[in-house]
Amino acid sequence: MVGPAPRSIWYDSLKRLIRNRAAVMGAIILIILTGIAIFAPLIAPHPFDEGNFLHNYAAPSREFPLGADFLGRDLLSRLIYGTRISLTIGFLGAFFAFSIGLTYGTISGYFGGWIDGFLMRLVDILYAFPSLLFIILLMVTFKAGLGATVIRNPFVQTIAKLDTAFGGMLLIVVGISLTSWVGMARLTRGMALSLRESDFVHAAQALGARDIRVIWYHVVPNLIGPLLVRVTLAIPQFIATEAFLSFIGLGANPPTPSWGIMIAEGFKAMRSHPHLAIYPGLALAIVMFAFNFLGDGLRDAFDPRFN
Amino acid sequence: MLVFIAKRLLALVPVLIVISAITFLLMHSIPGSPFDQEEKPLPPEIRRNLEAFYNLNEPLYKQYLRYMGNALRGDLGPSYMQKNRSVNDIIVTHFPTSLKLGLFALVVAIIIGLPMGIVSALRQNTGWDYVAMFFAIAGVSVPAMTLGPLLIWGFALKLGVLPVARWGTWQHAVLPAFTLGIGHAAIIARLTRASMLQVIKEDYIRTARAKGLREQRIMIKHALRNALIPVITIIGPLFAALITGSMVVEQIFAIPGLGRFFVDSVGSRDYPVIMGTTLLFALLLVLSNLAVDISYSWIDPRIRLDES
Repeated sequence: MVGPAPRSIWYDSLKRLIRNRAAVMGAIILIILTGIAIFAPLIAPHPFDEGNFLHNYAAPSREFPLGADFLGRDLLSRLIYGTRISLTIGFLGAFFAFSIGLTYGTISGYFGGWIDGFLMRLVDILYAFPSLLFIILLMVTFKAGLGATVIRNPFVQTIAKLDTAFGGMLLIVVGISLTSWVGMARLTRGMALSLRESDFVHAAQALGARDIRVIWYHVVPNLIGPLLVRVTLAIPQFIATEAFLSFIGLGANPPTPSWGIMIAEGFKAMRSHPHLAIYPGLALAIVMFAFNFLGDGLRDAFDPRFN
Repeated sequence: MLVFIAKRLLALVPVLIVISAITFLLMHSIPGSPFDQEEKPLPPEIRRNLEAFYNLNEPLYKQYLRYMGNALRGDLGPSYMQKNRSVNDIIVTHFPTSLKLGLFALVVAIIIGLPMGIVSALRQNTGWDYVAMFFAIAGVSVPAMTLGPLLIWGFALKLGVLPVARWGTWQHAVLPAFTLGIGHAAIIARLTRASMLQVIKEDYIRTARAKGLREQRIMIKHALRNALIPVITIIGPLFAALITGSMVVEQIFAIPGLGRFFVDSVGSRDYPVIMGTTLLFALLLVLSNLAVDISYSWIDPRIRLDES
């Protein structure tokens, strides 16, 4: 007697995900946006950083489909290049939050004892620090070109220079990564703690498997699903954080086409040219929308108990 | 209960010490004083005088201890950039505005979020539910810097029914309160829905139905009351988030609140103002977390605090 082939939990989850129309829509939007980001130089009608004062605040036309900004730069092209910024921040933030959180939480939860005690005290302290405030403080300390202050410390200077070389993006990624892994680590640790006591882990240990093998083959695969959900739902926050920082002048440096900067710049001409602030805002909302839809679908797919 | 609160308050002390120490260290780890200028550097003797006046020539730990000592006595020091203004002055002037804005936004969040969550739970998997949950996801996906300009464009520029910006009359508060509150309305709606759906499955609801009570009465007296527990407990942190989240909204609507002032002081590296505001925000966040834990047991006696 041969039963039906055993289906993996991943297969079931994927099937549930595909049935969720909103999640599929989110995924499709994200795929399209990723394509736009990769092929931006081919799609964009103009360079994102070349202005022409003849076209300052040009109205939408054949040459400038969405108009031009206060320096005569094509808005559509800047929006297109802006997907690169937002998606990069989103994915990099997710990568670091996921990998650091997974490693830290697994070690803490699996080994327990004084290791756990020590690692979790550290996390508790970091957790209490409001993350947005922390990122802002980081920016104030390291960002070049703020106020009239001269930075003399060579370490700070080096970082500030590196950051400038990356268009102001380096510190944003660092700030987001430094703060976002903490929640992931807590979640991972809790799950690892209960997995440690599960029968299949005990069985593996009884068979003489080394810790590293037990962790890699028996603990980690069970952590990835829930963590993936959590990380996907956190991506919109990373993207919003970047836009927020750029908006208040602590993020990307002009002329980097960050949507946050574009909103701030466009907003100065809100009365006469409201579309300059509204279009980048809509772009931002669409990306966050897509990630939220996908994350929501992933949660329903991985945790059928939820609905 | 009192013992628990006292214990938790005590536990806040090390947290606040760490936060203040990190903030202080970050602010002061840059050698060179805030009085260094690229153009027209101050004569060295004047700079030394200034630094001595603000105690910037002392070792770092001494500066920190002095600062914290003063802070505990309620003195957050002078502002470097705003002549003749102390950080206390600045907070007292600007914080009430942020507080008001936060309160308005909270009212918006509750008025919109709560009914939406209840309706979508009672009409689960109907058109109502789908529409409400779509808006709930939209609410968390549209940041203030998207919504603010949109609302200004629609209501102030096109329709002309509300002022574009600034602060004063109640009309001024409408758009900022919505901009700030909508996202939180979405969070409240989702939480209310989830919690309602869970409560409806409880035994005591079935008992109430078996007794033959009217559905309306069951929902209001038995279900909603219990469903609100998790909702009420997130209002604390929401409120704190509203106040800190006002940085963007105050910027967009030109509201003279603390959030906007904080951003300005960050731009000019006004360390004492940054430090004082950070401490205030951190204190608010930490206290609101504590309020959550306390309100849990106060609302739901089944949750005991003293254990564990």
